[in-house]
Formats: sequence, C-alpha cells, structure tokens
Amino acid sequence: MSPDSVLALSLYIGGGSLLAGLIGAMTGLGGGVVIVPMLTLGFGIDIRYAIGASLVSVIATSSGAAAAYVREGFTNIRVGMFLEIATSLGAILGAHLTTVVNPAWIGVIFGIVLLHSAYASLSPHGDSRETGDSSGKLAQLLRMDGTYPGPDGPRSYHVRSIPAGFGLMGVAGVLAGLLGIGSGAVKVLAMDRAMKLPFKVSTTTSNFMIGVTAAAGAGVFLGRGYIEPGLAMPVMLGVLAGSLIGARLLTRMPARKLRLLFAGVVAVLAVEMIYNSVTGRI
Amino acid sequence: MPIEATNQEARRRLEMRIGTLLRIGVSTAAAVVMIGGALYLSKHGMDRPAYHTFHGGPSDLRTLPGIFEGALHFREREVIQFGLVLLIATPIARVAFSVFAFLHERDWLYVGISAFVLGLLLYGLTSAV
Repeated sequence: MSPDSVLALSLYIGGGSLLAGLIGAMTGLGGGVVIVPMLTLGFGIDIRYAIGASLVSVIATSSGAAAAYVREGFTNIRVGMFLEIATSLGAILGAHLTTVVNPAWIGVIFGIVLLHSAYASLSPHGDSRETGDSSGKLAQLLRMDGTYPGPDGPRSYHVRSIPAGFGLMGVAGVLAGLLGIGSGAVKVLAMDRAMKLPFKVSTTTSNFMIGVTAAAGAGVFLGRGYIEPGLAMPVMLGVLAGSLIGARLLTRMPARKLRLLFAGVVAVLAVEMIYNSVTGRI
Repeated sequence: MPIEATNQEARRRLEMRIGTLLRIGVSTAAAVVMIGGALYLSKHGMDRPAYHTFHGGPSDLRTLPGIFEGALHFREREVIQFGLVLLIATPIARVAFSVFAFLHERDWLYVGISAFVLGLLLYGLTSAV
C-alpha cells in the first residue's frame, strides 16, 4: 500500500500501529516485532526508517508498562541494573552494525528472530518450577536475591548462572539495536531459563530493561538519521495508545487463543520477511 | 530485623518513585509529539511521503543542538523530534535517578554499576552531538 499524501499514510500507519500495540500488550509479546514488517512489507518504507520508528515506540510502551509493574513489586531492580550493562553494550554495538550490515541481511535476521518469538510464545511456561535453593557466589556478591508478592506473603528466590544470563543479554542487546525491537523473548529466556528467576519476575524485569536497552540504541539511531519524525510520530503514538487500551482489555480475553493467532501471524511475517530480503525487495 | 524492614521500606519507596518518573516522562514525550504531529500534518499533510528511500535527514534533525534550536522556533519536524528525544531521555533519567538512590543507600557496588550503565547511554547519544 502506498497512499500518496503524508496525511493518509500517517493515518494508515497510526491505525496499524495501534492494532500492533493492542495485540502486543494483550499477548505479552510487545508490538515491536510486527511494526517493522508492517512498515517494510506493507508500506514499502526503507528498513532503516522502520527500525528507527520501531525502536522509539518500544521505549514508549515498555516505560509505560514498567511504570505499572515496578509498583507491583515483582521487578528485581538490582538484577535489571546489572544486566543492563550487557544489553546497553549490545544495543550500541547492534545499532552501529546497521551501518555496515547489508539491509537484506537485516531482513533475514529479523525473519529468524520473528520465527523464534513465535515459537517462544507457544512453548509452555509455568511458575511451578522451584528456583534453586542457593545462589551462585556471583549472585551473593551482587546481592541479587529477592522476594516477590505471593498469595501468602512475600516469597524469596535465588539467582543462578549469571555469566550465561549476561551473555544472552548481550545477544538480546545486539538484536535490539540491529532490528529496532525490544527483544523481550530473548531477555525472558535469559532470566527464566538460564538464571532460574520466577517467571513473573523475569517478564517484569525484562520489560523494565527494554526501555534502557532501546534508549542506548536510539541514541545512535538519532545521530545516524534513522529516526524520521514524520514516520516515527504515528508509529509511536499508535503503539502507545494501543498498548494502553490492550492492558485494560487484558483480563477479558482468552489469552491462549489470541497468542496462537498472533504467533501464526508472526510466523507468516517471518517467512515473508526472509523471502523479500533474499529476493532483494527490502 | 529492623534493618531489613527499613531496607524493604526504602526499596518500596524507590520503586514508587521510579514508576512516577517513567509515567511523567512518557506522557510529556507523547504530548510534545502530538503537538508537533498536529503542526506537521496541518502544514505538510498533502505532501508526497518520501520514506521509501533512505536520505539520512538534515543535520538539525540528527543532532541535539539542532533539534533544540528548531523546537524553540516551533518548526514542526523538530518539535516531534524533541518529543522523541524526551522519550529517549526517560530511561536515561531513570538510570541517573538510580545512581543517586543507590548513593543514598551507600550501596557503592550498585552506584558503580548504575553509573557505568549511565555512561554507556550517554556514549550512545554522543553520535547525536
């Protein structure tokens, strides 16, 4: 689709972004992953402008949500702060990589990451797993153990495998800077699977970190001219409005079916993204 | 035990303040982007969009001094960009706030960690100076 006036294009993109933010918030996947395919495949926009607009909108939604989560007391601020060293370094590196990596390759990598998040959103997770009964030496040194609100008072948990988590967070940062996404799926992977944090602590701390990760990359994008105000405006406002509405609707929808549908859409976008990149259309 | 309780209390207060800071940052940024967007669409709504090929943009949209200067003169694209800079600044302000909060708790290890993260974020912005 390519409307021939800025006004029409802004309205279409704003509407599409609203939908992306809405579904992103309701499925917990974040809207970022569908913004770039929508802009590049749907509207034929240059992938560098697309990742720039996507990354700033990621800051808006994650900060908005983090404001709410952090008050609930699940977020582990110490763990988040320490791992932000890895994600920020990664994001700055990733954002610099966009200037040397061929845009077609960015498209292919994007497709692969999309396939992973579709898969990750469907694999089961539970809070039943016990966290380790002791922390590693490093976690003790960094005083990362925490508590979260349980049904009968605060529950304490331990933190494990910090080096593995730190490494995965570096990867998450590179992907965020390279693709303009929050890479929440990789962050949750690092904390939930590697560091054995309780699932709700992993998701809220991941969300808490996304804003800082994205800000590290966005600074670089700004200086490189990837952030086009005319385009970023409808994307940021649309995604933000969508995620605010989505957070309210959250409790009333069958999340399971919605996740299935969204994962299907993401998988289709992934294949299209890879196909278009390989055939030189991105 | 009393020390534990004070720590819990302090942590809770810190979380509340961070929540408020993030909320104010995002709402201010969104309001500025909205004002800039309204100005932009009223002036350039009928123009042909040119986002299909990458231009890199003029330097007053890519550097902080250029953006501030343009926003002061109410140039529409710079007003939007200023709002986006406020948005980027929100998590940075959150980290800066954490440096002081850990300083207040005399938690030197985390003062160091959060100061290092702050340094990385400011370094990321140096490409826009």
